[in-house]
Amino acid sequence: MSFGPHLLLATLEGLVTSAVLALTALGLSLVFGVMRVVNVAHGEFFMLGAVLAWWIASLATGHPAIGFLLALGVSPLIVGAIALVAERLVLRRLDYNPEATIVATIGMLYIIQQLALTFYGPEARPVEAPFSYRILFPWFGYSGYKLSVIAFSAIMLLATLFVLTRTKIGLVMRATQYDSETAQAFGIPVGRVYAGVFALGAMLAAIAAVLIVPIQQAHYLMGLDPLLLSFIVVIIGGLGSLRGTVVAAVLIGLSDGIISVFFSPTLAKIIATMIVAMVLVFRPQGLFGTAAR
Amino acid sequence: MKQGNSASKVYLLHGAVIALLFALNFLLPEYHHGVLARVMVLAVFAMGYNLLFGYSGLLSLGHAMFFSAGLYGAGLTVSHLGWTMAAGFAAGLVSGALLALIIGVLALRTTGVAFMIVTMMFAQVFYLLTLYFAEWTRGDEGFVLTQNARRIDMGDLHFNLTDPATRYLAALFLFSVVLLATLAIVRSADGRVLVAIRENEERTRMLGYDTFANKLAAVVVSGVICAAAGAAYALLFGYVGSTFATVQYSILPLLWVLLGGAATTLGPLIGTLFMFYVVDITSGYTSAYLLIVGIALILLVLYFPKGILGTVRERWIRWLP
Repeated sequence: MSFGPHLLLATLEGLVTSAVLALTALGLSLVFGVMRVVNVAHGEFFMLGAVLAWWIASLATGHPAIGFLLALGVSPLIVGAIALVAERLVLRRLDYNPEATIVATIGMLYIIQQLALTFYGPEARPVEAPFSYRILFPWFGYSGYKLSVIAFSAIMLLATLFVLTRTKIGLVMRATQYDSETAQAFGIPVGRVYAGVFALGAMLAAIAAVLIVPIQQAHYLMGLDPLLLSFIVVIIGGLGSLRGTVVAAVLIGLSDGIISVFFSPTLAKIIATMIVAMVLVFRPQGLFGTAAR
Repeated sequence: MKQGNSASKVYLLHGAVIALLFALNFLLPEYHHGVLARVMVLAVFAMGYNLLFGYSGLLSLGHAMFFSAGLYGAGLTVSHLGWTMAAGFAAGLVSGALLALIIGVLALRTTGVAFMIVTMMFAQVFYLLTLYFAEWTRGDEGFVLTQNARRIDMGDLHFNLTDPATRYLAALFLFSVVLLATLAIVRSADGRVLVAIRENEERTRMLGYDTFANKLAAVVVSGVICAAAGAAYALLFGYVGSTFATVQYSILPLLWVLLGGAATTLGPLIGTLFMFYVVDITSGYTSAYLLIVGIALILLVLYFPKGILGTVRERWIRWLP
């Protein structure tokens, strides 16, 4: 293949990464924005979503689409419920103290990882894609499923942004984000908003994970990369800025896809991580962010 | 008067701990002898971490980078350049110091959560570099230092770090030096400034202290101590691998320090020892040691935020440093 088609392939792969990354990072960004909690266990919620998706899909019989759709519906709900329990049992009792919650979510990370290893095992297992249609470009055929992942993720992102900016729920969440004490005084149940946001963040990660399992397989150690990449995206996009998060996810996903195709993937990660660390050092508010703490 | 009295108690206590560890060299059965040597080296790592996290209040998630700077600084020079152990150890210290200086200047521009994330990212870059240069580091698999490289002959004196007793004493020597150095630092005026920065940085600055310079010094000293632990680990146990540069090895010292008691001089030793044996004993029953680590972290931060020695100090022994 010559340069042009190569670049097209890299761009498509990059867009798939971007789509999944944007959903995952949006969850992290929401939790950080509203609750000021850095959720180190976010990657493990992602992993849990993928592992549960495999389990649910393996229970279903018949056409692969049935198992996949079942997983897409049920897996995020279970992950959300687990996050809700974790929030009530641990984070609330810590009064959302930033440093204590970091240590506590590190603890959650280890617990979830170990439970996944014990009950799911060390193997990587795939979920069959709901359909296997290939779209033929003049130079190569490309998986239709991957393109549908991009579309589905875009719809989910728009829906989340719509809820946040245009509905009552979003208004309540934003009020809590700006000033939780005043919000409390106006009768907003801040505790319940926090619980809901934490569960929603975990569910977004789980949805992203279900979408990726037919492409990448589920594995108990798969959480670390999305966690680091989400951190990167959230920082570059500006802490707490949701639009910035989406733009940064596309940027990072595309550049990761393109650098990985033309150079070594490890080098791509080194460069990306280094750039991000420098952005955070010299421009702490991020590229698109308004001034954040 | 009271000050002098508690000072002598403090030195007596630390002397007693070192004497006890020395006596254990002759008393312990082989297995626990080996475990304690390893625990002492890792406790040095935890003490370095404690200086920054406990005393200066800077939560770093990148200290695996300083540990492995020492590990690779010593391991690579001894293994590839044929340097002697002393030169290798020095190379480890210098790499740790240089890295800590650079990372400190950059990362200290940020505070709080951003500081944590920045240190984690620099550590991740370091980890990826150890994978990228696999030709020399052999990546995940790591490499082993030969028996010959870990032997020194100085005239009639023969040091052989593959011999358990020599290894134990070398670990104890490093541990004692670092313990007494930490004690001296936290009791000095500069150490008090660090605590003041932890409690209220703005006020400390208004009192006329250069808080940036003090924090940078803390990062560098902390980095050098952690690098010393890494270099000692490479030379004493003869293994160098990129596992030690992963995020997990940034989290473990945090766990040890929290458990033993942040901002106590002996806390890191107690935390490391305790956690090592908890994992050791439970792994006899279950392989799920990460579960134990995770639950320990959550329970600690929920019910026991001051750690073992921190609680002891609060309730009973007020003069504990």
